[in-house]
Amino acid sequence: MSLILVLVVVAATEAVLAAQPRPQPPRPSVWEQPQNEFVPVKGLPHQEQLPAASLVMGAYAFVWVVLLVYVWSLWRRVGALQRELTDLRKRTAARK
Amino acid sequence: MKRYLSPLLFVAMAMFAIAPLLIERAPYEASMGLVQKIFYFHVPSAMVMFVSAFVCGIASVLFLFKNRPSADHLAAAAGELTVVFGLIVLVTGPMWARKAWGVWWEWDARLTSSLLLELIFMAYLLVRKYGGPGSEKLAAAMALFGMANVPFVYVSVNLWRTLHPRTTVAMTLPAGMKGPFWFCVAAFALLYIALLTIRTTLGRERAELERAYLEREEE
Repeated sequence: MSLILVLVVVAATEAVLAAQPRPQPPRPSVWEQPQNEFVPVKGLPHQEQLPAASLVMGAYAFVWVVLLVYVWSLWRRVGALQRELTDLRKRTAARK
Repeated sequence: MKRYLSPLLFVAMAMFAIAPLLIERAPYEASMGLVQKIFYFHVPSAMVMFVSAFVCGIASVLFLFKNRPSADHLAAAAGELTVVFGLIVLVTGPMWARKAWGVWWEWDARLTSSLLLELIFMAYLLVRKYGGPGSEKLAAAMALFGMANVPFVYVSVNLWRTLHPRTTVAMTLPAGMKGPFWFCVAAFALLYIALLTIRTTLGRERAELERAYLEREEE
């Protein structure tokens, strides 16, 4: 009777242990061992996801840079034109 | 001429400084999330690009058939600004697409025709700069092709299968998105008017200066 009881307890313990998820041994990196199979997961880990914030900031920064560079180039061209005009007026006045 | 630069540019730049605050408060789009906020600069740039291509095309028609130099100065300014705003569209768009679609670029009707439009106006500027005497007329003819491309770019998303959002999204925006969007459109429009005015004046005065040099040499 006691032997049957021991067997039942051992069998129940085995069943409980089998039902629990076992800790997985760490996967060797592909540099240590080539992969034999691909394991699918649902959704990317957080650190692997493409951050939207950097793309949004990058896009806005690009717009600002392009517009400021264009305004600066326009400013320079206007300045150069005014210098040439002043120079021409001076030379024309000196001739007269 | 620098008097034009100050007030108009100051207001436009102030609007550009305020815009991020409004955009930050706008609601997130359900499927795209944060990256959809590129829309608030991407679409107004595209609108300005289209308007600028039309301004360049119409001014080129006036230059070709009426031979008005003032129309040529306006066309040159608008052509340059089409390239500037087109560059913004073609860089911010792929940044949005990378997150929303998973790719930087897709050779679909909208993206390809937008790239073509940009290339036509880049060619327009190159012809003007390096084409030698008479290149203004040749460039003006190119601008007509550029202008003709604009309606195709606009309707491409409705006519062909594409990943790009349709033209209806801008007109059917929810209340929280509408305010920041039209504010950005106004900022871009104001900036465009200011830059177009300055660039056109610059072209006209440069032509006057060159004429003055020639007269001086002849004396």
